[in-house]
Amino acid sequence: MSVFSYDGTFEGLLTAIFEIYERQEEPVAIVRYADVQPGLFSPIIEVITDLVKAERVWVGLGKKVSHAARTHLYKAFLAEQPRVPLLIYQYARLAFASTQSIEENFATDCVRELAQINKQVFRESHRMEAFIRFQKTADDLFYATIAPDFNVLPIISGHFEKRYADQRWLIYDTKRHFGLYYDLEKVAQICLDEEVADRSGRLPANILEHQETLYQQLWQTYFHHINIPERKNRKLHLRHIPLRYWKYLTEKQPRLS
Amino acid sequence: MNDKVQEKLKILADAAKYDVSCSSSGGKRKNQNKGLGNAEGMGICHSYTEDGRCVSLLKILLTNYCIFDCAYCVTRRSNDIKRAAFTIDEVVNLTLNFYRRNYIEGLFLSSGIFKDSDYTMERLVRIAKKLRQEHKFNGYIHLKTIPGASEDLIKEAGLYADRLSVNIELPSELSLKALAPEKNYPQILQPMGAISRELVQNKEERKLFKMAPAFAPAGQSTQLIVGASAENDQQILHLSSQLYQDYNLKRVYYSGYVPISDDNRLPVLAATPVIRENRIYQADWLLRFYGFGVQELVNDFYPNLDLEIDPKLAWALRNLHFFPVEINQADYELILRIPGIGVKSAKKIVAARRFTHLTFDHLHKIGVVLKRAKYFITCRGQSLVQKDFSEEVIRRKIIFGENSVRSALVKQQLDLFQQAG
Ligand code: SF4
Repeated sequence: MSVFSYDGTFEGLLTAIFEIYERQEEPVAIVRYADVQPGLFSPIIEVITDLVKAERVWVGLGKKVSHAARTHLYKAFLAEQPRVPLLIYQYARLAFASTQSIEENFATDCVRELAQINKQVFRESHRMEAFIRFQKTADDLFYATIAPDFNVLPIISGHFEKRYADQRWLIYDTKRHFGLYYDLEKVAQICLDEEVADRSGRLPANILEHQETLYQQLWQTYFHHINIPERKNRKLHLRHIPLRYWKYLTEKQPRLS
Repeated sequence: MNDKVQEKLKILADAAKYDVSCSSSGGKRKNQNKGLGNAEGMGICHSYTEDGRCVSLLKILLTNYCIFDCAYCVTRRSNDIKRAAFTIDEVVNLTLNFYRRNYIEGLFLSSGIFKDSDYTMERLVRIAKKLRQEHKFNGYIHLKTIPGASEDLIKEAGLYADRLSVNIELPSELSLKALAPEKNYPQILQPMGAISRELVQNKEERKLFKMAPAFAPAGQSTQLIVGASAENDQQILHLSSQLYQDYNLKRVYYSGYVPISDDNRLPVLAATPVIRENRIYQADWLLRFYGFGVQELVNDFYPNLDLEIDPKLAWALRNLHFFPVEINQADYELILRIPGIGVKSAKKIVAARRFTHLTFDHLHKIGVVLKRAKYFITCRGQSLVQKDFSEEVIRRKIIFGENSVRSALVKQQLDLFQQAG
């Protein structure tokens, strides 16, 4: 019974699963290097990420469950919750040991819990696809700031690539300090040395395209004028847009004049 | 110039907001050649109004000048309001610029009748055409057809729009005559028929020639106003189910009447309770996705939906002889009819029972809510409740005993009182 530690990447986790099988040792926990607590009684096995081993586990899983189910594991991983790595290991073990696909076996804890986490991640990614607001800069870049609960940027990239194929855009995750930049050809991961936007995600006025503020105003006007005051329902409103998302929403900022 | 657009947007968004449809789903338009936008897959709600409605499209009128005088409509000729009209380019620019900033999924354009029907319709078509052809816009476009517009224009509209709608507004010919004297049913149903024929034909063509241009790939829809006239739920739902069948409609939208008009042709009306609109939507949903027939939900004995409980529960209580249903054996169709169990839960049940005989504990774990369902099911022959409650007892238990529905209802009434002032 050992603690397996890994580098925090998905490939690292897959490598850890490979090692667990090779050593035939049940893990008590699978944690990131940084989260290893010294002084635990269990021995700690430090896993070095190995893409070949990771790939073998990934391909192996693909033979046991559908590709959609396999992708769900990755999405659940992006929730960045400490219990997820062990759940993914348990799921893999169940899948490898079974002759039929276990992906719908919701009566089993790890399958069900991963499905629930995957659902949360999906919901967050869907919200980001909805709530991202681009600002256009003077050099025709469309810029957006996000701070999602989970690390969903990798899985929403394709959506924006398809939708905004003819404009350069940059979506920056201020919580995790990286962004995705699309240059009309491909999407690349970037890090900024210094954040350009202020705390409510707004870019400094001097780099905005000259009509940007006008369109933000128009959007605010539109938002306020489609409301039907007789039917106001704050509870429902908040269920759809919880307060924590308001920060970067153009229509929820003070009216521009 | 910019102030002018602001002013127009205020007026023409205000005028369009009572049209409830904001769906942008069902589109199949993909981004082509690195153009702008993509409308495949699920529609996205980019925001929500303070009354909790989805904001997905830029929903505006091209103009709120109108030569007609429909009593229930703010835009009617005799109403003393500010009027405005967008130019074609203003609408095109708003749409593109909102879309590029990820505010919207696309455009929902409708209009008062300016000059005459064809003149107005032609402008709507030009806007859609410009977006598609000049700006390679692949976002969603919903055009509302203008009553009385020629069939040719409607056909052309279908080449650029994802969805077309023809609003019926009033659920019977009689009310239409009284409240919208310039309109009549044949005039509304005729374009609906034309669109539906075109949709069918286009589907055939596209089977043969993959490259045949798509005609309104997200289909057609309509809207009915609930509560501005005297029709009961039975009449309304019969009309909808007929429309679904005969005209290939994708959606019928229901709009609870908001007393925006003091036109004396209308009876003095309170706002239609939101709860009635909700019940009709629930019933509509049951018709389309749960295999229910209209007769099962409303009939001569029960012409109106029960406001206290949802239509599925109401049906189950009237048909207790179908229950209890054994979770491990019953067909999917029957599981769908269990109160409290939706499509997702039903699918999970059918999937999970292939692995093991399900118990109540399993159901609980896979997320099936038993609050209502428990009166209607058994698991491995076991029930969670003492056998054989009568209809009245179950109803009372669900409404009062669990204090769930009751508090919701009381709350709703309070909200209504608050709204009344
Ligand atoms: S024709 Fe349309 S816009 Fe004009 S009054 Fe009637 S419902 Fe209103």
